[in-house]
Amino acid sequence: MTSPNFVDFQNVWLAYNDELLAENHFAVEDINLQVKQGEFIAIVGPSGCGKSTFMKLTTGLKMPSKGRILVDGAPVTGPLKISGMAFQASSLLPWRTTLDNVLLPLEIVEPFRSNFKQKRAEYEARAIQLLQTVGLAGYERKFPWQLSGGMQQRASICRALIHEPKMLLLDEPFGALDAFTREELWCILRDLWTAQKFNVILVTHDLRESVFLADTVYVMSKSPGRFVVKRDIDLPRPRDLEITYTPEFTNIVHELRGHIGAMRQTSAVTPP
Amino acid sequence: MKQKTLESWSPWILLVATILIWQGLCSAFQVSEFIFPSPWRIAVQTIEYRDVIAGHAWRTYWVTMAGFGIAIVVGVLLGFVIGSSRLAYSAVYPLMTAFNALPKAAFVPILVVWFGIGIGPAILTAFLISFFPIMVNIATGLATLEPELEDVLRVLGAKRWDVLVKVGLPRSMPYFYGSLKVAITLAFVGTTVSEMTAANEGIGYLLISAGSAMQMGLAFSGLVVVGAMAMVMYELFSYIEKHTTGWAHRGSQNE
Repeated sequence: MTSPNFVDFQNVWLAYNDELLAENHFAVEDINLQVKQGEFIAIVGPSGCGKSTFMKLTTGLKMPSKGRILVDGAPVTGPLKISGMAFQASSLLPWRTTLDNVLLPLEIVEPFRSNFKQKRAEYEARAIQLLQTVGLAGYERKFPWQLSGGMQQRASICRALIHEPKMLLLDEPFGALDAFTREELWCILRDLWTAQKFNVILVTHDLRESVFLADTVYVMSKSPGRFVVKRDIDLPRPRDLEITYTPEFTNIVHELRGHIGAMRQTSAVTPP
Repeated sequence: MKQKTLESWSPWILLVATILIWQGLCSAFQVSEFIFPSPWRIAVQTIEYRDVIAGHAWRTYWVTMAGFGIAIVVGVLLGFVIGSSRLAYSAVYPLMTAFNALPKAAFVPILVVWFGIGIGPAILTAFLISFFPIMVNIATGLATLEPELEDVLRVLGAKRWDVLVKVGLPRSMPYFYGSLKVAITLAFVGTTVSEMTAANEGIGYLLISAGSAMQMGLAFSGLVVVGAMAMVMYELFSYIEKHTTGWAHRGSQNE
């Protein structure tokens, strides 16, 4: 039995520890979410609303206190090996070259792990190829600290993709970059996704980013962390950066902004 | 460029200046050699007794290295355990701190009772005094691992051991080499202190016997030799540190 949903959250609640659970204090509440195979979703919301917690649930780094999470048809019981992850900080290892950083997942994930030594040359070629597609050709032997912030982030995305994961999790990956670099990386991510069609869960607080990239945008509220709005983005693909200046695009951004604005006001009136 | 040359020569210039002033003062005020020997006198005595000094220095050197070697093994193992397990950290750390506060010279009489006069107490004193900084640094390097780095690996299904080997250990290498520089100088202190009361050989013994024979020049050359040996070893580890963990010192290197 294969369900069409790749990720399936069924009434998921999470409290960070037993004391908080006893006080009924949850980081995220009653999350229901169905993501189709190959879908690109974005989660937006004010800071501290539990976006990163949601990521940890999806990858199996945290277990839900209540409810059920299915990924690829199987319940999540521990860290998934089918996902890649990138964060706001590139978190590359400074003692490894860019190439060795990108190869790191292959040293850990099976089946690559067992034959890493024999097939090293092949994997290196693959990593160099991937680095080329994100515009890092010629930087393979450089150390991360010799690269600019944007380049580090590209390398970080390569590392998240080298083992061809079925799911890519991005936690504000472009948050620390300047506006131009950020738009450039949107396009790189768009192209990678178009070519490989993995699932993407992008956590961000940049509404334009979410609308430009995602098929579906979810808006999360803060304390309690809940999904309050689901918005399908029906802009045609392939999308070009030009689209961000069209009225349709701006309307969607406005609408989402409205949801977040409304949320802020209500929470100001009724303090938790 | 000129500033840099000056910087690299500055310790030698300072050393020469100190020796010249020292020599000048001793000659000008005709200080007695039995009170405070001049550098010239120390040099003369060093050459005169070079075989004796070399013998004692070699003994002190290898005894220190033996103690230091044990300190590296024990320090790394303990640091690894403490740094990788929170329970071990909270259990061991307070006791270790208390232990480290004890003056290591006070252990020498006890060690003499257990191992007799000779190399036993000296090696163990060198070990006891120098393993602590190594342990603390390895433990700190492992315990201060950024959670993001760990998550990147854990998402891939990495075991604790993978995280330690791929991230924890390489990351604590700069801490480790840094600690070796501190520990080696401490180890020489440990050996010398122990030899002063519990050995018939070594620089520590030489200091005591030269002192009691009023051979102040010889006593001073003993001090100079220990200082020089510690300095050379320090520079050696400093060199290894720079060439193996350059990524951690990038600010000062690439200009």
